[in-house]
Amino acid sequence: MPASVDLTGLQATFDVARVRADFPALHQSIYDGRPLVYLDNAATTQKPQVVIDRIRDFYLRENANVHRGVHYLSQHASDAYDEARRLVADFIGAPDPSQIIFTRGTTESINLVAATYGRQHVGAGDEIVLSAMEHHSNIVPWQMLCEEKGARLRVVPVDDRGVLDLEALEHSLTERTRLVAIAHVSNALGTVNPVREIIQLAHARGIPVLVDGAQAVQHLPVNVAELDCDFYCFSGHKMYGPTGIGILYGKAELLEAMPPYQGGGDMIERVTFERTTYNRLPYKFEAGTPHIAGAIGLGAAVTYLNGLDRTAIARHEDELLRYATERLQEVPGLRLVGTAPHKVSVLSFVLDGVHPYDAGTLLDQMGIAVRTGHHCAQPLMDRLGLSGTIRASLALYNTREEIDALVKALHRVIRMLR
Amino acid sequence: MTVPTNDTIEARASQIVEEFALFDDWMDKYEYLIELGKSLPPIEPEYKTEAFRIHGCQSQVWIRPEFREGRVYFRGDSDALITRGLVALLIRVLSGQPPEAIVNARLDFLDEIGLKAHLSPTRKNGLAAMIEQMRRYAQAYLQASRN
Repeated sequence: MPASVDLTGLQATFDVARVRADFPALHQSIYDGRPLVYLDNAATTQKPQVVIDRIRDFYLRENANVHRGVHYLSQHASDAYDEARRLVADFIGAPDPSQIIFTRGTTESINLVAATYGRQHVGAGDEIVLSAMEHHSNIVPWQMLCEEKGARLRVVPVDDRGVLDLEALEHSLTERTRLVAIAHVSNALGTVNPVREIIQLAHARGIPVLVDGAQAVQHLPVNVAELDCDFYCFSGHKMYGPTGIGILYGKAELLEAMPPYQGGGDMIERVTFERTTYNRLPYKFEAGTPHIAGAIGLGAAVTYLNGLDRTAIARHEDELLRYATERLQEVPGLRLVGTAPHKVSVLSFVLDGVHPYDAGTLLDQMGIAVRTGHHCAQPLMDRLGLSGTIRASLALYNTREEIDALVKALHRVIRMLR
Repeated sequence: MTVPTNDTIEARASQIVEEFALFDDWMDKYEYLIELGKSLPPIEPEYKTEAFRIHGCQSQVWIRPEFREGRVYFRGDSDALITRGLVALLIRVLSGQPPEAIVNARLDFLDEIGLKAHLSPTRKNGLAAMIEQMRRYAQAYLQASRN
């Protein structure tokens, strides 16, 4: 039982110290005894003990393949796997668990849609609309599809603050648009895009929308039914779950009409050498033995988050983001990159006369984990005229003290490098 | 120009090991590496081209070789100071040495100064790529001089 879950049934208030106690990886010193300050949560989050225990217990006692065996363990593993799917469906407000496809991660979810729905619906001269702030994983699969089909990408610009030009997006929607693919939250800047409005604009023209939610589900309440998005993709490991497991949510009628992604076991109904008929949803899209432990671990992460007061988490993260934004301005020559009015978690910045790589290396020496570079968003960096930034990204377990440590370390970095 | 016979890669490397041994603290070692980076003479802008660029680094790195009187001379540069410090270390050890010595150099000194754990090839500083490229240049000169 996580220490942060209040069993009294009273409204749990958010106690960051108690939450931190749930995450063993946070309590270590690195190099010569420097306490770890983990601020690379947009890359991946640490895992609570309950997730680690759940995966270990699965391999200790429950391991068997799913959906195939008649035996006790297989039934048990299948039940746990299906239960994880149900937990994820509830977590994002999906109408039915069969609309939740387990993938390897956001990247595979997007590739799945490009390879199935995309191949089916995109032809020569067609267009796919995306934004200038997309992660490479929401650019390259579409680019590959466009190359194959003779279609093209239309890129919606962002302004200097990292805010999407909604008017330009509306203008880019034409009768040739086959799909809008858009990040819910920018991984490099933290900008929260108005996906609900975007979906309404697109739907008014009969255009479906895929939302890359990899940086959103861990920070914002997401309800796919209310959003009315056609596809929603995210990763387990960025929301306190294990790596190697991700989600594709799709509207049932779209998923039903899509051809399978990969062929193999579990995705079939009947196979003969002449013809194969495919299994029902979601199994049609889950060929081969799935990442059972990963799915069950993700289910445990969802249960963990459900046990916390998510409104209180959002408040804590928002206060921390504001505090960090303020404190970082004290650092001489620091310029924040990404100052959208509505943002979460991410503090991207550059330091005058300091290469991000140098800053990242020295921060690491001081025990502070940040990301440096282009953050898999090279077109965005080009747009902003930068080769890269330093990115600190926050999670529910980060504290003001850690921000103070970052600011102090940055002062030292500047003294050393200027 | 004659190079003293004791001016080997090993001799130069052990001098660097001694210098780094003066610092106990990691940050001091980095401070020294940064100083070395700052004092490395820059490459002329006309050589900062794709042809001399080393890939595999988060920062940009250029290494330019020259072959004179049976020895390989290197100049190098980077837009990041720590990377520049690494370039300076490699140049100090390898530049002006015969190609055969460069090809066979063991470069254990990077381990000995303790920087290797901190600057391992899996980190995106391009250290491994730089060494590989310098060796490749030396190998090419070696081949050319044998033909």
